[in-house]
Amino acid sequence: MSKKDEVVVLDFWVSPFAMRVKIALEEKGIKFEAREEDLLGNKSELLLQSNPIYKKVPVLLHNGKPLCESLVILNYVDETWPSPPLLPTSPYERSVAKFWADFVDKKIFEGGSKIWKSKGEALEVAKKEFEECLKLLEGALGEKEYFAGNGFGFVDIVLIPHISWFYGYEQFGGFKVEEQCPKLGAWMKRCLGRESVAKVLPDPAKVQEFICKLRKMHGIE
Amino acid sequence: MAPEKAVVLLDERVSPFGQRVRIALAEKGVEHEYQEEDLANKSPLLLKSNPVYKKIPVLIHDGKPICESLIIVQYIDEVWVRGSPLLPSNPYERANARFWADFVDKKIYDSGARMLKYTGQAHEEAKEEFIESLKLLEGELQDETYFGGENFGLVDIAFVPFTTWFYTFEVYGNFSIEKECPKLVAWGKRCMERESVSKSLQDPHVVYELLAYLLKKKYGKV
Repeated sequence: MSKKDEVVVLDFWVSPFAMRVKIALEEKGIKFEAREEDLLGNKSELLLQSNPIYKKVPVLLHNGKPLCESLVILNYVDETWPSPPLLPTSPYERSVAKFWADFVDKKIFEGGSKIWKSKGEALEVAKKEFEECLKLLEGALGEKEYFAGNGFGFVDIVLIPHISWFYGYEQFGGFKVEEQCPKLGAWMKRCLGRESVAKVLPDPAKVQEFICKLRKMHGIE
Repeated sequence: MAPEKAVVLLDERVSPFGQRVRIALAEKGVEHEYQEEDLANKSPLLLKSNPVYKKIPVLIHDGKPICESLIIVQYIDEVWVRGSPLLPSNPYERANARFWADFVDKKIYDSGARMLKYTGQAHEEAKEEFIESLKLLEGELQDETYFGGENFGLVDIAFVPFTTWFYTFEVYGNFSIEKECPKLVAWGKRCMERESVSKSLQDPHVVYELLAYLLKKKYGKV
């Protein structure tokens, strides 16, 4: 590899989507600068220019060229810096990994949001749906240490940031992920033992404070 | 050379997501068995192959199921390397293609469907978002032959089935897509010159009849 790469991540400390990108870069040993965006206040000019369509984080700027959407970014990171690989090598295993990454993307953050936004009957429905999603993920994990057969990788990176929000969901929902899904609980501990994950994930108590703030903003008591 | 392992596609003729897969298989010349699903009465094979979503399309290759249309198209591109690749070789351009294919699903399909389903304020908002999204997509195409430049690729495959929905969008939205996005309409016509596309897609008036029926039945929309 030739000249030095400039890698910048437009970030927001509590965004699980941005955490995915940071963990991937850490795993690859790529030096990067994380620039915190004030998403509840004013988005920077750079963010608005780099992601004019969604105006969201994360954005990866590789030598000034922007990439948006966390799963697109993860694929790019894996292809640009192939070692260690995040995706399996066989096309079938890769499609399975992409399927579960997409499932997490579709279900987990929105499902969790329904929990902290709801009360009463709606909360019970949200909790049940969330538990069903977690059980499906636990089924996909099976007896493996990580989601794919080849070690910590793509699906792990996509899902693990969300656990920093689980404590908040548990407090508002009155349940414990580890009790409902012990294998997932064990996987969570395993991942937290990795340097990249421990470095990137925020303190769950701070995330819970953030969720309290969001609830106030949404007029939920 | 060893015979190719069996390829089965579980699909539903009018599904734009299924059409994406059919187009990709045709582009690569992959022989396969087509199984039409009755979505009101899903086959045990479908339920077994896609237990999470129970949806089509599902590609079954050598007994192993692959689900989600864009994931399937990329799988096809990785396994059958003959013919023109559906994704560029450069990682940045690949990322760009994946971004826009995802945009078709997140923004265009989503707002288009809402425009069809809803009335009043919700309909107007969806229509505005839909037209804006089409214009953004047209901005990406510019004056290229295809979204893949000279090569028909992932984004073309992701979006082209929805061109047969244009007539329906226009009737329910009361606007002209050709007027708003002439380049997209021209691109759609160019794609229809490809056999893989013309053989896989439905006539827009057939699509309209079906969607009108479903919208009336499910949402009481006329």
